[in-house]
Amino acid sequence: MNNDLILLGHGSGGRLSHQLLDELIIPQLSSVPVAGQNDAALLNIGGIKLAFSTDSYVVDPVFFPGGNIGDLAINGTVNDLAMMGARPLCLSVGFILEEGFSKAELARILASMREAADAAGVAIVTGDTKVVPKGKGDRIFINTSGIGAVEHNLHIDGASAQVGDKVIVNGSIGDHGIAVLSAREGLEIDSGIQSDSAPLNGLVADLLPLGPALHVLRDPTRGGVATTLKEIALQSGVTITLDEKSLPVNPGVKGVCSILGLDPLYVANEGKLLAFVAPEQAEAALAAMRRHPLGKDAAIIGEVTETSAGKVQMETLVGGVRGVEMLAGEQLPRIC
Amino acid sequence: MNYSDSFRDKELVQGLARRIAELTRGLSKPLVFMEVCGTHTMAIYQFGLRSLLPPEVKLISGPGCPVCVTPNSYLDRAIALCRLPDVIITSFGDMLRVPGSSSSLMEERAKGADIRVVYSPLDAVQLAARNPSKRVVFLGVGFETTAPTIAGSILAAKAQGLTNYFVLASHKTMPQPMAILSADPDLQVDGYICPAHVSAIIGADAYRFLCEEYKVPCVVTGFEPTDVLQGVELLVRQALAGESKVEIQYSRVVRWEGNAKAQAMLADVFTPFDAPWRGIGVLPGSGLRIADKYADFDAELAIPVEVEELKEHKGCLCGEILKGKVSPFDCPLFGGKCTPESPVGACMVSSEGTCAAAFKYGR
Repeated sequence: MNNDLILLGHGSGGRLSHQLLDELIIPQLSSVPVAGQNDAALLNIGGIKLAFSTDSYVVDPVFFPGGNIGDLAINGTVNDLAMMGARPLCLSVGFILEEGFSKAELARILASMREAADAAGVAIVTGDTKVVPKGKGDRIFINTSGIGAVEHNLHIDGASAQVGDKVIVNGSIGDHGIAVLSAREGLEIDSGIQSDSAPLNGLVADLLPLGPALHVLRDPTRGGVATTLKEIALQSGVTITLDEKSLPVNPGVKGVCSILGLDPLYVANEGKLLAFVAPEQAEAALAAMRRHPLGKDAAIIGEVTETSAGKVQMETLVGGVRGVEMLAGEQLPRIC
Repeated sequence: MNYSDSFRDKELVQGLARRIAELTRGLSKPLVFMEVCGTHTMAIYQFGLRSLLPPEVKLISGPGCPVCVTPNSYLDRAIALCRLPDVIITSFGDMLRVPGSSSSLMEERAKGADIRVVYSPLDAVQLAARNPSKRVVFLGVGFETTAPTIAGSILAAKAQGLTNYFVLASHKTMPQPMAILSADPDLQVDGYICPAHVSAIIGADAYRFLCEEYKVPCVVTGFEPTDVLQGVELLVRQALAGESKVEIQYSRVVRWEGNAKAQAMLADVFTPFDAPWRGIGVLPGSGLRIADKYADFDAELAIPVEVEELKEHKGCLCGEILKGKVSPFDCPLFGGKCTPESPVGACMVSSEGTCAAAFKYGR
């Protein structure tokens, strides 16, 4: 096989993405290997602790049930900051527009960016707009970067999971990926599923009072819950055991996944977080989440069972046990 | 609880597993059952069913994944076609990553070939209608479950008068490879978990000759965990009683005579031929090619193209794995040189491939 080209799978958030980062990007640009990376960088500038993160948005189609590329671009970066326990302060926005893109659609996207930024309580303070010739881009790409204030002394980190921790998710998994997929040309499934795109900083603020019992926060976006948990297991050197029957999955998501041969554990989320909490505080964390509108369907889905080289396993619905690996390649439909 | 949940009931499944354990307790030699459908392979891994079965029952995977049994030569032809400037290749997703002799469709797409994943061959027909200046080729791969939809696409293209829709057909049909495996003296198979949806098309009667000629029990089994374990229980009971007959566990879908309408469509559009199976070789009458009267839709005949010289991948045990002779964990390339990102053999590519399932879900 020819290894000289970038493949779509390099952008999947799964194993190929990790390879690209580890082999090409990080050695040139950073001293921290991908396994040591979190959703945002922590900076200490003259005694002031800040979180800093950036993300680019290329979703296709641009408009999908429950959102569009605009609110996604705000919420995604807000959430990356929130996963460090930071209070998002301000964002930059960069647009790459394709010649011929409709101004009316751009206006709709801008309106939802405004709305999402207001909902998250962040200011958009700087930006940039470029236009590329028709055919040289795909309608609209957006980059956002954000700065957040870190006002706690907790060690919330992908490497902080400990044996006994309960794994909590704030609601149903796979909604965003299925909403986008079902809006895609050629599929047109009326699944009724809406994207879960939402800012999670409010929910995180409600979890911070748990104090040192809060070990890990991570939003399972590309690659889904499975890939994110595998990353945490590797970073912390632990085994995570999931309980399949406690995984919250919408019936519509379950249905589309079973038609297309997808596994909801690998489908992207944009308004979900995974929290690892010490067992004695797990019920309190669950209760705190359930009091928040974005956490009313929160559930404990598993726990950290032992130290290891980084393993995720799942007790299946029927009581069997199977391994859970990172997303490999792209999530593709079945063939028969 | 919805309809499908009731087939995943923990108590029922564990009760079946206990009964299988009681029936087989103390057997000196394990009973070996083979599934020959990729969806069974997936279900067994996905629900962790092996971990529920006693050591006296061993489940092995056979040549049931359509992508996996597709030979390199087919991929090489598809790759040659995609390099033509006016050709759009359409396919189900899994084919894209399968390595041919020196490239893959995914790599060709990164280099600029127009290759699109579709969810139905009828989408490819629509694409042809919308792009009259292009030639749209659908990669027709699969067993009797997929073949009728592809036959339908050819009939639809004909009805619409399209002259720019083609199928590169490499369909496989089911009972024949099971006979080859049954005749193999190196392979112990004490019973077949027969495919669910393939059997819905061809009918359970298709397996009778296996029971008669090779004295091997056959149970047509559904895909849910309770289905699979009930199928295994029926196989255990037959094996212990020294019987060999066809039984239908999946009676909510499968009939003895199959689906007459789909069979008629297949007989109209396709002709049986001696198909090459990756790792197994050419098996008489084990595939479907496009019938002469639809030759205008046959990409192989209608779009002549030079195909590169065939190269097999060294060290890959796909062939032995497809025959159930070795498990993926026995292959020296598994998980090292051969991973889902850089697969050496097709079994590591398809979501229903034995190696891909073993890699994703573990032992």
